[in-house]
Amino acid sequence: MSLSRLLENRNFLGFLFMLPAAALLLVFLTYPLGLGTWLGFTDAKIGRAGVWVGLENYIYLFGDQVARLSLFNTVFYTAVATTVKFALGLWLALLLNKNLPFKSFIRAVILLPYIVPTALSALAFWWIYDTQFSIVSWGLVRLGLIDHYIDFLGDPWLARASVIVANIWRGIPFVAICLLAGLQTISPSYYEAAVLDGATPWQMFRYITLPLLTPIIAVVMTFSILFTFTDFQLIYVLTRGGPLNATHLMATLSFQRAIPGGALGEGAALATAMVPFLLAAILFSYFGLQRRAWQQ
Amino acid sequence: MASVQIRDVVKNFGDTKILHGVSVDIADGEFAVLVGPSGCGKSTLLRMIAGLEEITGGSISIGGREVNQLPPKERDIAMVFQNYALYPHMTVFDNMAFSLKLAKVPRAELDKKVARAAEILGLQQLLERYPRQLSGGQRQRVAMGRAIVRNPQVFLFDEPLSNLDAKLRVQMRTEIRELHQNLKSTSVYVTHDQIEAMTMADKIVVMRDGHIQQVGSPLELYDWPANVFVAGFIGSPSMNFLPATAVEGGDKTQILLATGDALTLPYLVEVVLGQPLLLGLRPECCRLEATGDGVDAEILVIEPTGADTVLICRVGKTDITVVLHQRTMFKVGDRVKWLPDLARAHLFNEGSGERVAIAPR
Repeated sequence: MSLSRLLENRNFLGFLFMLPAAALLLVFLTYPLGLGTWLGFTDAKIGRAGVWVGLENYIYLFGDQVARLSLFNTVFYTAVATTVKFALGLWLALLLNKNLPFKSFIRAVILLPYIVPTALSALAFWWIYDTQFSIVSWGLVRLGLIDHYIDFLGDPWLARASVIVANIWRGIPFVAICLLAGLQTISPSYYEAAVLDGATPWQMFRYITLPLLTPIIAVVMTFSILFTFTDFQLIYVLTRGGPLNATHLMATLSFQRAIPGGALGEGAALATAMVPFLLAAILFSYFGLQRRAWQQ
Repeated sequence: MASVQIRDVVKNFGDTKILHGVSVDIADGEFAVLVGPSGCGKSTLLRMIAGLEEITGGSISIGGREVNQLPPKERDIAMVFQNYALYPHMTVFDNMAFSLKLAKVPRAELDKKVARAAEILGLQQLLERYPRQLSGGQRQRVAMGRAIVRNPQVFLFDEPLSNLDAKLRVQMRTEIRELHQNLKSTSVYVTHDQIEAMTMADKIVVMRDGHIQQVGSPLELYDWPANVFVAGFIGSPSMNFLPATAVEGGDKTQILLATGDALTLPYLVEVVLGQPLLLGLRPECCRLEATGDGVDAEILVIEPTGADTVLICRVGKTDITVVLHQRTMFKVGDRVKWLPDLARAHLFNEGSGERVAIAPR
């Protein structure tokens, strides 16, 4: 077949146009993922190509107290942060969906935490949580509620709570704006019909808004879980996993072990261990997203 | 069941006046149709009766009770929306039962009421379906079923047929009319389609730019339009209007058409001589002759519809429509004589558009 004939073939052209995207995916997604998985089964260290050791890294990590703690931290961090982000984000979206004065201005303000680079906002939080200069401690002392400054990042549970608050602050805009978009697709005539049917505002939310918003909620919350579960920047700037590894997430610990610690294989194994959890989140969205009988 | 009184109702959206003091009485069990071109305020008035829009001024009473301050659910009304507004995530049954569930009606009674509404509308086989699985006409029926189960004092319809195709619209028109005859409930129906108004209404309210133009039964409006707007809006094809001047009083009024033809009306009307008028004639109120004592006309278009023949003719500088209840031998381009039936003619004041009264004898 001549080249000109080939160029008129739909399938061949489609393949041709697909190649750049496929190349990008292979180089930047598949290769690193494959390499990471492979490294997890080796005893590679920085400066030393490893050899295949099978499941040795995983067995070691399973018995490692710090690794177990980081798994607990990650699950706790994700569970609390995404729940609060969902509740506050939905509340904000409902507020913004009403006819507020200065609506577009308020929407822009809500997006701010999302626009600021995470590392930068983490620095701001670091300052807010500082043992000597914390504005929160200062305010509470001035109000007479406490008599000495709080060591936000020094106590394990306080540190966990502090990083969760920072993550919530950072993640709310995404949830709120996506849910707001979802709310705006709901026709106002359903609410008019519901008013005539005698529904109270709560009943309208419960029987109209919530069911019609479920598909969007499923997508948004899946992404929110994925982002939170793999969080790295906030923790690394705020606590580096401390105190006593109380805020080490799997992502930060994996980096800690692999790069500063030099144990590439172990770090890679830890990172790979996150995959089943992420897959579970995606499956949740897959089933949550499945078209309901009523959907178009 | 209940009557609806609308008294001097005013509606403003900010600085924009939508309704300028509208008053209508709708009797118990009456089927009233609000009709007018888009933007005339008819839907706004309906939504004010429903309680979906605030009342800026005046009062609305249902069953003798002023409802201005009552929330929609306490007004005892049900509404059928133009887009039906069926809840997409609920089955037909749940859509119809929703208001009863909210009112905490016992399950057995709820089942009975929904079953009865489904039977009236022929929806028994569709109760488990979702709205998206229904045709336009079926959705329309579910929307009516949702209104029927509540057994309200007043039914409100907001252009319920405008999303249906022409054939289904005619069919649903009859169904709604039949439903009204069976349920005998007071109904307020909004449409921009004068044929819907003519065929369905006990009482038509013609509106334009936030004012009521005329209220009356379909035939009253057809035979005695109060002004040029109503005359032109009601009836299809529309009434023809020809500019004319009153030239003689005496026993019978004589008018002079712009073509120079003088016509003598069989009655005396109250006009000032020389006053500019509009002669209104329905398309079927005239004859065409090949020769004789009539106004010169030229045939421009012939549209046979089977039973009738519609002809567009040019009289002077005006194009008029003529409907003949038989087939015609005339051809396009023929010069003919137009013989209006002046006993059925209408005269309007050209400036104000108001109907010119017949002088008392």
